Amino acid sequence: MAVYLTQKSKVLVQGMTGAEGMKHTRRMLAAGTDVVGGVNPRKAGRTGDFGDRRVPVFGTVRDAVEATGADVTVVFVPPAFARAAVTEAADAGIGLAVVITEGIPVHDTVAFCAYAAERGTRIIGPNCPGLITPGQANAGIIPADITKPGRIGLVSKSGTLTYQLMHELRDIGFSTCVGIGGDPVVGTTHIDCLAAFQKDPDTELIVLIGEIGGDAEERAAAYVREYVTKPVVGYIAGFTAPEGRTMGHAGAIVSGSSGTAQAKKEALEAAGVHVGGTPTETARLVLARLESGTRRHS
Amino acid sequence: MDLLEHQARELFADHGIEVPRAEITDSPKEARGIARRLGGRVVVKAQVKTGGRGKAGGVELAADPAAAELTARRILGMDIKGHRVDTVMLAEPVDIESEFYVSYVLDRADGRFLAIASAEGGTEIEEVAAARPEAVARIPVDPAEGVTTVVAARIADAAGLPPQTVDTLVRLWQVLTREDALLVEVNPLVRTRQGRILALDGKVTLDDNARFRQARWGDQEPPRGDPLEAAAAARGLNYVKLDGEVGVIGNGAGLVMSTLDVVAGCGARPANFLDIGGGASAQVMADGLSVVLSDPAVKSVFVNVFGGITACDAVADGIVRALETVHLTKPLVVRLDGNNAVRGRAVLDARAHPLVQQATTMDGAARRAADLAHAG
Repeated sequence: MAVYLTQKSKVLVQGMTGAEGMKHTRRMLAAGTDVVGGVNPRKAGRTGDFGDRRVPVFGTVRDAVEATGADVTVVFVPPAFARAAVTEAADAGIGLAVVITEGIPVHDTVAFCAYAAERGTRIIGPNCPGLITPGQANAGIIPADITKPGRIGLVSKSGTLTYQLMHELRDIGFSTCVGIGGDPVVGTTHIDCLAAFQKDPDTELIVLIGEIGGDAEERAAAYVREYVTKPVVGYIAGFTAPEGRTMGHAGAIVSGSSGTAQAKKEALEAAGVHVGGTPTETARLVLARLESGTRRHS
Repeated sequence: MDLLEHQARELFADHGIEVPRAEITDSPKEARGIARRLGGRVVVKAQVKTGGRGKAGGVELAADPAAAELTARRILGMDIKGHRVDTVMLAEPVDIESEFYVSYVLDRADGRFLAIASAEGGTEIEEVAAARPEAVARIPVDPAEGVTTVVAARIADAAGLPPQTVDTLVRLWQVLTREDALLVEVNPLVRTRQGRILALDGKVTLDDNARFRQARWGDQEPPRGDPLEAAAAARGLNYVKLDGEVGVIGNGAGLVMSTLDVVAGCGARPANFLDIGGGASAQVMADGLSVVLSDPAVKSVFVNVFGGITACDAVADGIVRALETVHLTKPLVVRLDGNNAVRGRAVLDARAHPLVQQATTMDGAARRAADLAHAG
């Protein structure tokens, strides 16, 4: 099952023919993803060659969808072209657009998220590592070989913290890991992923990774309290971040007293979420929760 | 990037929003001349990117040009919440009948901009909102529609603003969208006794991601007060100076933030945030190390890398090559984990630099770096 992405997903890559696009298409294919096409208006009719696999390049998303039945797109185009790329994907009826591009102006993100929502297209990102359903498919840049299929669902604003947790919990494995991105506005939120994991029969426990800035984690906590019955383990980064400074991710900023790590941790704990002090401790909490769950069932 | 008041004022004026006559200077003598040009009586305002200027004594009415010079002399060089006043703005005083508040802010949770307006302007809007929430109107703006005259009329009506403010609300939306701003705020927006609508003070935050298409601000680097931050910015590094003694270098914003927290959890204080990103070439590693080592407060350095896409042996090669160009004077604790970690650790073992130690876990490495900082 997993969420959003399975082995049945037919994946397009917008910006496949660029250096990053080629590198990551190769990795996605190696992880078993059914990459059915690339999109580049100037290179339509050619192919991208990945060893024994030749991936056709289409001039438009619509052409690609008609020819291949693609339902997912991974967007690698530069920031100036991201809005047009996502708009085109939504117009072509793509169900899921994973926007890897970092540095997209916020007004563009606001515009394409609203546009996509009206047309029923889910956006993951921007400025995100994408998502992976280990053993089935990988849409984005998450390394596929550091973990295996399993029963943990993970949602995170941060790429490397996702990898760290995937690696620490590699013996248990993951249903799906979703990197929602570190920008101030993102298409898919912690709450969307919590709802999806709650419904997913393959997910037994949910790991929620957050960081300073905004109040997405506080909202997620309220959602957990109300709607999530599966165990949730959390981690928040940025307790030592000074007020008013952007910490790497465009959205990671404490403004006045809002967006602090402490407030997020407290909100999650009040909702019954166990919050780790370090990534490693978070992994230990996951193991403990899974073990106690197993004992209860036996 | 936050703009200073006078820069915001200039943007407002460019988009047809009426503002008081004003000029800026960094010289008290010039302040006297400006006051004379503006009619004698002026308001002298410190130009700093922080609130609470008035309470800190950074805003004062001067009765005549001589007083303006004295006031400018007093305010220039002042420290307001850690911001030094390098410039003052002198503005003609305005005959205020009523004060309003209007802004467009990004609502991150909703993924849209929100119009916030109140007929009770002049003070901090948070205070008004806390005391009398019904006095503050908050209206989400549909990004496809924007703020048309009809939408602006709805905002003005909801907040109890006079109909004359509708034009300003529309133009302010144009400032937000055409200039790629994340925040525009006018507080107060005033109606004068003569019935004019004027933006008396304003705040604008521009989107750094939009620099590539904003010719006007594209070349203007945000000013960096800290010399280490300036040096890091010149090398294109994502660096923030902090107050501690453990230098931190890592890959990925989330992991680096987490590393700072883990160091703090070990009883030490991180000296900086430095994200060398995914690729982490030898050059980036060398640049990063040299900036962190040039911080005299740094007693030890913690390099924390999780190899996801990047292979750890490539990172280790980068560290070894960096050691050829950077003279290492402080102990370095390196934690490599993930992709090719075993080979990466072997590369560093082979180099056997006396000041480089390795640790296999993030928590263990942080503890080591903290201990070394305390010993140093």
